[in-house]
Amino acid sequence: MNTQAARQDFPILNRKINGIPLIYFDNAATTQKPRQVIDAIVDYYTNHNGNVHRGVHTLSTEATDLYESAREDTAKFINAKSPSEVVFVRGTTEAINLVAYSLGCSNLGRGDEVLVSLMEHHSNIVPWEILSKCKGFTLKYAKVHDDGTLDYEDFESKITAKTRIACLSHVSNVTGVINDVKRIGKVAHENGALMLVDGAQSVPHMRVDVQDLDMDFLAFSGHKMLGPTGIGVLYGKKAILQKLSPFQGGGEMIKEVSYGQERCSITWNELPYKFEAGTPNIAGAVGLGAAVKYLSDLGMDNVFAHEKELTKYAVERLKECNNITLYGPRDLSKKCGIIPFGLKGFSSHETAALFNEYGIAIRSGYHCAQPLHQLFKLESSARASFYIYNIPSEVDRFVEILKELEG
Amino acid sequence: MSTVADYVSRIEGTCGAESDVIVNFKYEKKDEAIANIMKKAALKNTIAGIIFELTFEDRSFRLYTSGKAIFRGFKTKTDLMDFLAKLLL
Repeated sequence: MNTQAARQDFPILNRKINGIPLIYFDNAATTQKPRQVIDAIVDYYTNHNGNVHRGVHTLSTEATDLYESAREDTAKFINAKSPSEVVFVRGTTEAINLVAYSLGCSNLGRGDEVLVSLMEHHSNIVPWEILSKCKGFTLKYAKVHDDGTLDYEDFESKITAKTRIACLSHVSNVTGVINDVKRIGKVAHENGALMLVDGAQSVPHMRVDVQDLDMDFLAFSGHKMLGPTGIGVLYGKKAILQKLSPFQGGGEMIKEVSYGQERCSITWNELPYKFEAGTPNIAGAVGLGAAVKYLSDLGMDNVFAHEKELTKYAVERLKECNNITLYGPRDLSKKCGIIPFGLKGFSSHETAALFNEYGIAIRSGYHCAQPLHQLFKLESSARASFYIYNIPSEVDRFVEILKELEG
Repeated sequence: MSTVADYVSRIEGTCGAESDVIVNFKYEKKDEAIANIMKKAALKNTIAGIIFELTFEDRSFRLYTSGKAIFRGFKTKTDLMDFLAKLLL
């Protein structure tokens, strides 16, 4: 992969922060956008803007073509059997909420169990906690080892005949740990349970094949994979989506609303529209389609290899610094391009503020994963995370600053 | 007469058990804010010439030359605003 050439596609990388060229290491939070994605959105609003579906005029038809074409490209990107298995949502959080509420409202109750891990982002914990209180099902938490890797034995032992759905991050947003979701999915299926995978940190960084991994549900966000904010995807197996109740009601998601005997009888629209109530984020989908094309052209295996190589280089170089502690597994084969760390004498927020003075963007705090920080006995952590446009010289600068601080 | 709001653009609580508070100064007033703070607070240490570790009324905090300060340990926003008023005005 030609990283230097790719960097030319990202106008924001020409920015200076505090008079210093930007180094962007906050990619697990959101990624920067290439010119191709920005242009696609501008072109949509400049030349094709109209509301999708059932429109007769030219602009509506063009908008529908662009919107549905983005769905087809996204379906191919994750190797879904059909575009109808790709539901456009606001992001990973809404995708998980969709599954939780659609499944929870009609299929979960007392005696049922839902299983999540302690490394989950809050978006894969909080919806289940809210619903468990309403519906009375039991929410179980699988353990995580001290190095942040999943305790597979514990997770698998907690999948029982009562388990209705097992939910797990493909990649931890704190440590970058890659989970074997295929292994967990197999155990879930053997016990009659469904499997939901939070792919927010995996789909942007590696090849994810929903058929090979036999995923029932996969949730991911556009903005973490070069696309715009406000657009994301819920993938679901067709047979499962067909059985689920709608998440939200309104226009678009119905086939018919017929009044009679002082009530309306409603028939749901076909997939995926049953889950897309209201006017969707058309421009967002168009932008996501452009992002998917950009990543496909680069090749996801190349993207993954680039990040692995850069992470290996960064971890090696960071060993030269005595003032930081790296969290997460030492075995780099178990993780991808996310490096959580602590800087001696600085809170995580002070650390992020410090690097900002040098034009380097990193994240600080709990990263929406407070239970994992409690497990690590950390007040919070600083996090550097890489993507396709990051290069070794940026890592060198990061290390130089740490060395300067050592004095 | 100046107020804290003349200098401060945004105050943000952070997530994390430290309960840090980040005070961002208005771009056009940041130099004046930093000068006022430097006059009143005692300088303990300078880090790399861009971060000042300061003490004022038994509280330690860090001031960043790009225009922000990070405080911790304030129980209420009123306490923080009173403290900022003493530092800035």
